Amino acid sequence: MLPDELKFKLREMIAGAESPREKAIDVMFAIQELQGWMSDEAMVEAAELLGMTPLELEELATFYDYIYRSPVGRYVIKVCDSTVCWLQGHQRVIDYISSRLSIPMGGTSADGLFTLLPVCCIGYCDRAPAMVVNNRVFGNLTPEKIDRVLTQLAEKADFSGSE
Amino acid sequence: MPFKYPLVLFQNRKPDRVATLDEYRESGGYEALEKFIGGGISPKEVIRLVTESGLLGRGGAGFPAGMKWAAVPDSSPFPRYLVANSDEMEPGTFKDRMLLHVDPHCVIEGMALAAYSFSGSKAFFFVRPSYESSAAILERELENARKAGFLGNRILGTDFSFDIVVHRSGGRYICGEASALLNAIMGKRPNPVKPPPYPTEKGLWEKPTVVNNVETLANVPHILRNGPEWFKSLSATEHGAGTKIYGISGRVSRPGAVELPIGTRLSEIIDLHCGGMASGSKFKACLPGGASTRFLTPEHYDIPMDFEDLKKIGNRLGTAAIMVFDQNTCLLGATLNLMEFFARESCGWCTPCREGLPYMRDLLWRIENGEGKEEFIPNLRMLCKQVWNSYCALAPGAAEPVISLLDFFEDEVRQHISEKGCPFHAKADH
Repeated sequence: MLPDELKFKLREMIAGAESPREKAIDVMFAIQELQGWMSDEAMVEAAELLGMTPLELEELATFYDYIYRSPVGRYVIKVCDSTVCWLQGHQRVIDYISSRLSIPMGGTSADGLFTLLPVCCIGYCDRAPAMVVNNRVFGNLTPEKIDRVLTQLAEKADFSGSE
Repeated sequence: MPFKYPLVLFQNRKPDRVATLDEYRESGGYEALEKFIGGGISPKEVIRLVTESGLLGRGGAGFPAGMKWAAVPDSSPFPRYLVANSDEMEPGTFKDRMLLHVDPHCVIEGMALAAYSFSGSKAFFFVRPSYESSAAILERELENARKAGFLGNRILGTDFSFDIVVHRSGGRYICGEASALLNAIMGKRPNPVKPPPYPTEKGLWEKPTVVNNVETLANVPHILRNGPEWFKSLSATEHGAGTKIYGISGRVSRPGAVELPIGTRLSEIIDLHCGGMASGSKFKACLPGGASTRFLTPEHYDIPMDFEDLKKIGNRLGTAAIMVFDQNTCLLGATLNLMEFFARESCGWCTPCREGLPYMRDLLWRIENGEGKEEFIPNLRMLCKQVWNSYCALAPGAAEPVISLLDFFEDEVRQHISEKGCPFHAKADH
């Protein structure tokens, strides 16, 4: 069950739109911010708020890269694997994170903190290789920088914001 | 530094922060809005001036901006919508992000003036998830613009009301395609839609809708304040108009975004404005305008980077995102990587794209990994033609690097086949 406070916020958000389903992504983002991913129960409740059937919402949830239909870690690390990051050694970044967290690509660390995923070009080609963690981007990645970022994230109880 | 040019879009660029509303105003910001909207000058005049300036859309297609606004019929219903396309998911491209981080009010004023030209009352700023920082900056500055009376009900006390909302995408390449983008905003699965009717007649919720690129919009206040002749004079070539933000990445010393006269030569961009090639690197090829353009070879190193000049050699300016490759880059590997991107990001709506792109990826993968056969080359060429049967322009765009790989670097492809593997593998660091 979604908390009443969140539902109130979402209803307000939807009321300001031209049509309710315009806010489908925002609603799913807000739910994910709270519980990490879109569970079946959350899909049903979100669809109801949006005036959609759960199937209609599913059409969107399964389409987008940033909506998760299975549990993910608190921080979703997406390493860019498109051209410029490829050129600047993205595979080394993936291998390094993978071995540091002892997870394969697609896996979630045992402490539930990190999930590792690939992502297509994130528009930080001037700072390749780059990755996006939740909604924050980190570029010019080196093993030292990755260590620093992952340590800080693990220590931080609450984390949000952007570069 | 030699070759110093007047900056327009980047004139308020700071090393480490976003320009404020006051700083934008000190540089002449919102004067065009005060003059044209506040002064009640006819919207037709806005269209006329922008058309005369020769401003071509900066999102990749290069369509004249004024003509797009004029395509909204006078008799069409209200409300009318504007969409600023900041999806910017073309690999290599990051100029619109830079614009938002440099001078957001330039984009806001441009949106208000564009909407004024066709009596639009609401705009959506469509932004991808990895640009959350841009979205946050814009939301903050929209509030400042409203407080100053530049947005909202009855702007500057006139009858014109207009506001902007930020629409966050869930992240997919297809959303940058205008018709798919409109579906995305309406909360539908973002498949492309074939015109007619064009969005300028029936777009969002069947109402007239104009979709413009962010850089295109950012040019508008400057054109209206300084005039079309001034704008034309900014170009490095006779036929061009304005400046261009070039985003350079890959094997150069200083990757980044630079604003230069449109039509500045590629050699000058790399050698003078990016500190030359990276240490130990020699120019082998570049993609001049994002992932959907063709490899450009050293013989064209001096080409003016403008729409017309690139068209003349069978290439495109695209988004002017220049990805530079050196002698150690396996271009087959680069093309395979591009095809991985296109195949993954295909929206799946039509078969030539959904099935054709993974097939091309598979052939490229096999050549790169020593399983290549001679007949794969004509096969790839055939597929490059077949994807033109797809529903939208993204699949033909995906074929561009492949075609040019075969046209200009066929020897390199054949070497992979005859040597049963990648000749660069031992040398390269990828």
